[in-house]
Amino acid sequence: MDKHFPEDLKYTKEHEWCSVADGVATIGITWHAQDALGDIVYCELPQAGEKVSAGEAFGVVESVKAVSDLYSPVTGEVVERNDAIMEKPEGLNEDMYGDGWMIRVKLSDTSELDALISKADYEAFLAEEEG
Amino acid sequence: MTEDLKKTPLHAQHVEAGGRMVPFAGFEMPVQYSGVVDEHKAVREAVGLFDVSHMGEVEFTGPRALEVVNRIITNDLDKIADGQAVYTVMCNEGGTIIDDLVVYRFSPERIFICVNAANRDKDFAWMKEQAGDDCEVKDVGDDYAQIAVQGPNAEQLVARLTSTDVASIGRYWFATGEVVDVDAIIARTGYTGEDGFELYVPAADAPKVWNALLEKGADLGVKPAGLGARDSLRLEVCYPLYGNDIDDTTNPYEAGLAWVVKLKKASDFVGKAALEQVKAEGPKRKLVGVELVGRGIARQHYPVLVNGEKVGEVTSGTMGPTVSKPVALAYVPAEHAAVGTEIQVEVRNKPVDAKVAPKPFLKK
Repeated sequence: MDKHFPEDLKYTKEHEWCSVADGVATIGITWHAQDALGDIVYCELPQAGEKVSAGEAFGVVESVKAVSDLYSPVTGEVVERNDAIMEKPEGLNEDMYGDGWMIRVKLSDTSELDALISKADYEAFLAEEEG
Repeated sequence: MTEDLKKTPLHAQHVEAGGRMVPFAGFEMPVQYSGVVDEHKAVREAVGLFDVSHMGEVEFTGPRALEVVNRIITNDLDKIADGQAVYTVMCNEGGTIIDDLVVYRFSPERIFICVNAANRDKDFAWMKEQAGDDCEVKDVGDDYAQIAVQGPNAEQLVARLTSTDVASIGRYWFATGEVVDVDAIIARTGYTGEDGFELYVPAADAPKVWNALLEKGADLGVKPAGLGARDSLRLEVCYPLYGNDIDDTTNPYEAGLAWVVKLKKASDFVGKAALEQVKAEGPKRKLVGVELVGRGIARQHYPVLVNGEKVGEVTSGTMGPTVSKPVALAYVPAEHAAVGTEIQVEVRNKPVDAKVAPKPFLKK
């Protein structure tokens, strides 16, 4: 998939994306995250019922070469986990914004969403990081 | 990327091909181009090109060259012919490994050695010291570029670029000849578990050879491959990596390299007494294959546990793209080294069930 960052998503500087509907956030990793990692071969995610906290690690993705923590954009309880992507983690390289979603979290504090950044701000951040 | 990293003669080719450059052993090297899995599969199923010019080369020349080298390596150059190569280790007096090497016997008067990039200066200093005035020892690492052509289509590809009869070069034999119109050492060696060649060419001519291999190999599925694929390929077939699985705290017996130690060879060699003792007593720990039973990938430095106690450490670990499962090597005490032994690997502070697996993971 070519480099892209959908307009309707919110982003973090740890390279996760988040979309919110009815108080539930769907979370995944950005195009940049999967590109930096390369071929993703392993993914570990929390199951329904577990709690995640904004800014804290909630799981792990691994490429052939590297291990990378996943940081939650929001705080809340996991209501759904994408078991299919744990079974076939290469889907994170192929469709990171669609079939590659990771978990859905019932938000405990919607004001946290204000800390997430827009597509434009995320792209500016990437440009800055790349120098 | 810091300024003081060295570049191989093929640096421009890597950048142009979209290689992702990373620091490795003092060089800026491509870790991947199209992707580690894609490159790994190209080598297993077709043919891949690796720039391994970062590796060092040392040449011993003079009437006593063979004798001198035989004194510092554990394998035996008297047992091979001119035109043949051996894999070996070079040990210190304590019997631990200074480096692992491929030694090419041109003649008893000319021995050519390929050393690991990270060990180049250390090895050369040690070799000079050991040789004393008995023969000439020269670091020729800057003179040569090295291109590894690896995979089932490697023979066909190299044959297209040379008049040398490469089909007649046996495994671990070599010839000299022109590749394109460049003088080359054409060695049937490699570090992937596949058939293939390593071409040593003058540094300045490397781009010409590299470009020709890519051009003439298009219909054979040739792809440039990076350090990432090199590591996953070698780990599936359990070739040790210096700095991970072997170093100057490990001896060849515990590393599973007893086959390169020739205690009965005619010449004495550095480390022999210590190695005789290790052999007599049996190694206290062994480098074993590790397969996780639970989910996860064992990575370098993850603790290995038996009954909750740490008994060792993973030395290399990754996902094996061809075997489609995680593969790892670890040192464990000899009493826990039998294939099938139940162990655990601590993955991010959680013990995951594992077992000692037969080596290699991929049987060729």
